[in-house]
Amino acid sequence: MIEFIPPAFIYILGALLVPLLRGRVKSAYMLILPIISFFFLISTQVGTAWEIDFLGFDLVPFKVDRLSLVFGYIFHLISVIGIIYTLSIRSDLEYVAGLVYAGSALGVVFAGDLFTFFVFWEMLTVSALWLIWAKRTKASQAAGFRYLMVHVFGGLVLLAGIIMYISEQKSISLGFIGLHSPATYCIFIGMGINAAWPLLHTWLTDAYPESTVGGAVFLSAFTTKTAVYALARTFPGTEPLIWIGAVMTAFPIFFAVIENDMRRVLSYSLINQVGFMMVGIGIGTELSINGAAAHAFAHILYKSLLFMSMGAVIFRTGKINATDLGGLYKSMPWTALFCSIGAASISAFPLTSGFVSKSMVLDAAAHGHMSIIWLTLLFASAGVFHHSGIKIPFFAFFSHDAGHRVKEAPPSMLIAMGIAAFFCIFLGVYPKFLYSILPYPVDFVPYTAPHVLSQLQLLMFSALAFTLLLRSGIYPAEIRAINLDTDLIYRKGGRLFYQVMDKGLNAFNSAAEQVFVGKFLVHVTNHVKRLPATLLAKICWPFWKTAFDAPDRKTISENLLKRAQSGFYPIAIMGLFAAIYFSLLFLL
Amino acid sequence: MQMDTEKKHIFDSKKNVHLVLYGLFGSLILLLALEPFIHKHPYFAWEEWFGFYAIYGFVACVLLVLAAKYILRPFVKREEDYYD
Repeated sequence: MIEFIPPAFIYILGALLVPLLRGRVKSAYMLILPIISFFFLISTQVGTAWEIDFLGFDLVPFKVDRLSLVFGYIFHLISVIGIIYTLSIRSDLEYVAGLVYAGSALGVVFAGDLFTFFVFWEMLTVSALWLIWAKRTKASQAAGFRYLMVHVFGGLVLLAGIIMYISEQKSISLGFIGLHSPATYCIFIGMGINAAWPLLHTWLTDAYPESTVGGAVFLSAFTTKTAVYALARTFPGTEPLIWIGAVMTAFPIFFAVIENDMRRVLSYSLINQVGFMMVGIGIGTELSINGAAAHAFAHILYKSLLFMSMGAVIFRTGKINATDLGGLYKSMPWTALFCSIGAASISAFPLTSGFVSKSMVLDAAAHGHMSIIWLTLLFASAGVFHHSGIKIPFFAFFSHDAGHRVKEAPPSMLIAMGIAAFFCIFLGVYPKFLYSILPYPVDFVPYTAPHVLSQLQLLMFSALAFTLLLRSGIYPAEIRAINLDTDLIYRKGGRLFYQVMDKGLNAFNSAAEQVFVGKFLVHVTNHVKRLPATLLAKICWPFWKTAFDAPDRKTISENLLKRAQSGFYPIAIMGLFAAIYFSLLFLL
Repeated sequence: MQMDTEKKHIFDSKKNVHLVLYGLFGSLILLLALEPFIHKHPYFAWEEWFGFYAIYGFVACVLLVLAAKYILRPFVKREEDYYD
């Protein structure tokens, strides 16, 4: 009797049946998969571990502890929401890729050894790729390839690190690693690429806006948060993470302010939010790890809600640039409402999920007396309200009316957004629910009078700044343009490399061809062609000069050459006759 | 709010927009007025300054926008077909 099936198996094997089913059966089947998986999960005890002996190593394909459970729960919840959202899209490719992708993320989260971890980690990349390619545009195809290249690179760095680490430790068990050797640095960076660290982040802002309407919802939830989990598992309390995280919270908001593509704005703010989690992991106290996990949980919900609302906008209007949008609250009021709830949550308004999770990280930084970090995080908090909290809903749904008169989003999309919006508020109003599933016991009270007041002051005065800047015309107008980022290095750099290789190697090739084939070989063959004649002329000239009354040497040489080319040498004929004569003598 | 295109929508009238703005200004004043009555538990000295969060939020956003507009944008802005 099977007592338990790991979620990853249910998702990934279950996904394979999806294309065989039709209509409502398919919809029901896809919704039941995560629910069955969830019931299996809540029936397991913390501390459960499967061990299999494999080539002398202990494989642990499934292991449950409180840290993995937080991520396990939210991954189940968001996959249900994501599936409901995509029901009206009807694309088997996206369904299968989405389920395999979610399953791989669950595989990573419940992996107890480095081998299982790495296999699922790579499956995450491969399945995510199809959510980008499924859009079937030239841009998405190119972005998908760049996504693949960056993640294959990251995967190889991680693999190199893991192999070195295993040979150092003589064990493949997955636990605290910490920075201490080249192997651990490789693992750290490999994970960091998936966490979209600064300078390594452009795969995210490049690919997510090019993915499908539903694909972006899945993508925003899994890859970076799996990396957050992995870093929380293996590198808690690693100081560089604090600084990496602080930079991550601050720099993307500048790009978000001037970005025109709304889903790219959300991608930048995704990096900003993951930055808070990095800081939490880097500080490494119980409060801060709790904060990172809680923030990941809350973030997945409100970020996917925002991606869902922008996806609905694309689904109905076909547009996503701020320059093409505006006034949509008139035709898509529910989407506007849900988007605003997501925007309030990401901005951490009191009574929303962001407020009860982000403040844990800020408090942990304050506890550690990290004043620069704390001020940076506070700046980023104001900034995220500015671009995600106000800019997204304002330019899409309010602002100047762009004249779109479309239908409201389809019911399945509205239901999915409604569920996510419900959880955004539910977690904010009843934080105990979230706190009860965190890795460590929580003694943190988010709702104190000074905390609520200070947060409201921060946000409302940010709103004042936005209002004044907008009304005075200083606020940067949305422009049809793109903004360079570090992907310039490989997008133009790749082309430069290609051109250098093209000019360099092909020029060498053609030069070699000209010199060797065009000149040298022609010379040699010419020479070889003339060689018997010239040699003969050289050798025989002294004799001929005396023996014959020859016209001159040049004519003789030319005659010899002609004969050489036709194979008609006087000497050869004489030789032939001589040979015949001698053979006749011999035979007779 | 219905989908009727002929219908006047809530923010089509200037009055409602002004109402939102007055609401914002009113809440700002209220938030500052409440501050003296709230007992703070500061970690840092500057948290005790009156209106620290309000000023920080305002200044942060103004600087953010100005830096993005006047410093970052001139460096990174390109035509939409730049990479094609």
